[in-house]
Amino acid sequence: MQWDIVIGLEIHVQLATQTKIFSGSSTAYGAEPNTQANAVDLAMPGTLPVPNEQAFRYAVMFGLAVNAEIERRSVFERKNYFYPDLPKGYQTTQLERPIVGPGYVDIDLANGETKRVRIHHAHLEEDAGKSLHEDFHGMTGIDLNRAGTPLIEVVTEPDMNNADEAVAFAKKLHGIVTSLGICDGDMSQGSMRFDVNISLKPKGADTLGTRTETKNLNSFRFMEQAIAHEVERQMDILEDGGTIVQETRLYNGDRDESRSMRTKEEANDYRYFPCPDLLPVEIDEAFIDEARNSLPELPDARKARFMEQYGLNDYDASLLASDSKLAVFFEAVAERGKDAKLASNWVQGEFSARLNAEEKSVADSPISGAQLGDLVVRIADNTISSAGAKKVFEALWTGENDNVDAIIDAKGLKQVSDTGELEKMVDDVLASMPDQVAQYQQESDPKKQKKMLGGFMGPLMKASKGQGNPKLFNEILVKKLGG
Amino acid sequence: MHNKSVAELSRELESGKISSVELTREFLGRLKKEDEQLNSFISITEEQALADAHAADEQRAAGRATPWTGVPFAHKDIFCTNGVATTCGSKMLANFVPPYDATVTANFRKAGAVCLGKTNMDEFAMGSSTESSYFGATTNPWGLSKGEKRVPGGSSGGSAAAVAARLVPAATATDTGGSIRQPAALCGVTGLKPTYGRVSRYGMIAFASSLDQGGTIARSAEDNALMLNVMAGFDPKDSTSIDREVPDYTATLNEPLKGLRIGLPKEYFTGNLSAAMEEQVRSAIREYEKLGATVKEVSLPHADLAIAAYYVIAPAEASANLSRFDGARYGYRCEDPKDLLDMYTRTRAEGFGAEVKRRILVGTYALSAGYFDAYYLKAQKVRRLIQQDFINAFSEVDVLMSPTTPSPAFIQGEKTSDPVTMYLEDVFTIAINLAGVPAMSVPAGFVDGLPVGLQIIGDYFSEARLLNAAHQFQQVTDWHQREPQ
Repeated sequence: MQWDIVIGLEIHVQLATQTKIFSGSSTAYGAEPNTQANAVDLAMPGTLPVPNEQAFRYAVMFGLAVNAEIERRSVFERKNYFYPDLPKGYQTTQLERPIVGPGYVDIDLANGETKRVRIHHAHLEEDAGKSLHEDFHGMTGIDLNRAGTPLIEVVTEPDMNNADEAVAFAKKLHGIVTSLGICDGDMSQGSMRFDVNISLKPKGADTLGTRTETKNLNSFRFMEQAIAHEVERQMDILEDGGTIVQETRLYNGDRDESRSMRTKEEANDYRYFPCPDLLPVEIDEAFIDEARNSLPELPDARKARFMEQYGLNDYDASLLASDSKLAVFFEAVAERGKDAKLASNWVQGEFSARLNAEEKSVADSPISGAQLGDLVVRIADNTISSAGAKKVFEALWTGENDNVDAIIDAKGLKQVSDTGELEKMVDDVLASMPDQVAQYQQESDPKKQKKMLGGFMGPLMKASKGQGNPKLFNEILVKKLGG
Repeated sequence: MHNKSVAELSRELESGKISSVELTREFLGRLKKEDEQLNSFISITEEQALADAHAADEQRAAGRATPWTGVPFAHKDIFCTNGVATTCGSKMLANFVPPYDATVTANFRKAGAVCLGKTNMDEFAMGSSTESSYFGATTNPWGLSKGEKRVPGGSSGGSAAAVAARLVPAATATDTGGSIRQPAALCGVTGLKPTYGRVSRYGMIAFASSLDQGGTIARSAEDNALMLNVMAGFDPKDSTSIDREVPDYTATLNEPLKGLRIGLPKEYFTGNLSAAMEEQVRSAIREYEKLGATVKEVSLPHADLAIAAYYVIAPAEASANLSRFDGARYGYRCEDPKDLLDMYTRTRAEGFGAEVKRRILVGTYALSAGYFDAYYLKAQKVRRLIQQDFINAFSEVDVLMSPTTPSPAFIQGEKTSDPVTMYLEDVFTIAINLAGVPAMSVPAGFVDGLPVGLQIIGDYFSEARLLNAAHQFQQVTDWHQREPQ
């Protein structure tokens, strides 16, 4: 049987405010446990929440960026459940009147089309603390540093139909919140966490199937794997004539397996009701206008500009524009390096590959955009070959030296581009390889001829001690052999 | 000295006739002796009080005195006091020492007042008799001479009894459904519940957040005004507190009452109100007519729905507010929990008393899926109707007057077995909290030797007018100066 996959996402985005949503504690990541938890965060008796205006500003900016209505009067509610990392015994969140109403985001698909994913709403809430189950000998440690960190939870409509679309949406959203500067986007620290709702229905059917929710995925890769895993699990059940149980599941990315966390029947009755400690939040036009005026360039606009300003193609522009830090880095490279296409290739190629390999973010890069720009300049003006350029990149990355020209000199990577000198080398090599020359000249297929040129390049590079400009060698060879 | 008002003590201190240390010693000596039979205090903080008194004397010597500098008083044990145990009358918090001051506590500290200790209360302010305290019941000083042990009302029964017995001239209190006015009435003292949002709730342990309001208990209206001058005002730590100018509440005490329009809500002069009680209240209202006020009957048509609405909303909020008492971070924790669920269930089963558990259960039920609309939402609709009743009434009259309670202080144990009878104690006070308007209870006579309270209800932020009306009445009556034997 053929199935349609239906995917909706819930995304928790930690807002990059200095302090918590209802207290003055710092939200900085990585402090000693419980050093960023004051009396309010600990839910000491009599303490009260005081809303952080910046969290509201960020939520409004997000709403504007995803083309959503801003709720002029949003209400905080208490979501009641007991857990040790939830000090008050309830989470302060929004239910009936979320601050961001319906909106949408357009995503680029691999086939070049765009698709609109509708956003149902986004609401403000406080994060919980962390339970630490290791290192406490049968007990559980509680770290409340994270408790009260502001989140917006973005809830989409079930508009995505495969893992690629879901990941494209997630990346797009990541690009939006990081461009806005409302989230640091650091997924490894939990700054963005994804819950994926998945259901299957017979191809073309109108009614949706029973869905499951896979919670707390904190990387695009895990998200992709979890979707593939869950789709397969549901398909196996359905094709064996079984039924899907509505439940919340946890996915273990290291083992590529999932397990049920709780079924619908076991779900808590959260007993939501409006929080009497917080007045409804009134957002006026002036506040919205101020937020609108503070909106930076967003990925869609940036992509259009990259195509226009740098002559990049759709794919390259989209990729570079989606991540604000990568975009800023690219522009620094392009500005210094002049050749934007070459800059784009290096940023997306060697640079991104190296970041990924070392699990680093752009911010952690040991080399600057200007340095990579200098490198691009030397490639573009033929000073170094691409093989040489990789050696320079390596030296920059490892910190061996921070100056491109100094590295080129020190490593003797400068290409020989004096045609007189190169012609002499070609003459010598051709003279030493008469059989191959004859073979070449007897060959009528230009493709095969082209391949045979490679046979001369090795000795030529050897003769030039690796410094001959391969492009020029090639041109000279063709001229001499063909002549 | 113990018979003097805050205003008088302030003048004595200012004149130099007595120092704060001497005054504090005198009050502490009396408190330790007399409170043995009343149990109106949970803790007496002698050492701290004497240190504060020393500091107050120095302040005064340095010419930096406020009207409160060096004046002894007490806090209801619901207000957090930095470094001093704050129990809320519960086993759950018997060992809890907050590392912070409530805003009210901090304000009195700043004013230089000398806190002698923390007064007894119904557990988590849930009750109308101060019998549900983990630290034992407080006894009303009225009736003791006949050998009767009567309740002081509640939940601020400790504050009311202590003020009535002259153990302190004034005490802070809180009122969620009548917890200032009912004990003030039953103990023959003057109490004020301000407009919701007038006094910060920060550091005041929450019962029902949308109804809780800190307020004052003292013998005279003037002393209530002096207290409110310290307590009232916007607090950035409480986002439900209201940013509105605070007048000097003593400045308008002597305004004449001529032309004051008094409304008598007919729904508050019916039911189980005894004829003797009604006669005392009507006689007080006649005093007002003599002072130039006009009186007319008005209606609060939804008055009979107030108790039902209150006993949905207050427990619903309480059920969430009390979730934080889980044994994880502070307060009581059961012995040797075997797992998380065991810690939660035994901590809460052992740490909370019966009335608190009853209200948590009621509130949890009212918020549950399938019942929420029928209970919580319905109660909120009723609440808006009740608010509108008051708004309508205040378009016709300046203040409303009624009895504070349907009957005087009852014998301890009489109503503990029947919660609903106990809840009816607040039949005349509860709607005021639902509406959020301010109200006072003023001593207005005696029935069978027991004090009767007159309730004066005002429009939002009309505390100055209420205090003025109470003060003028106290210029022509002496009910508030009667002392229990």
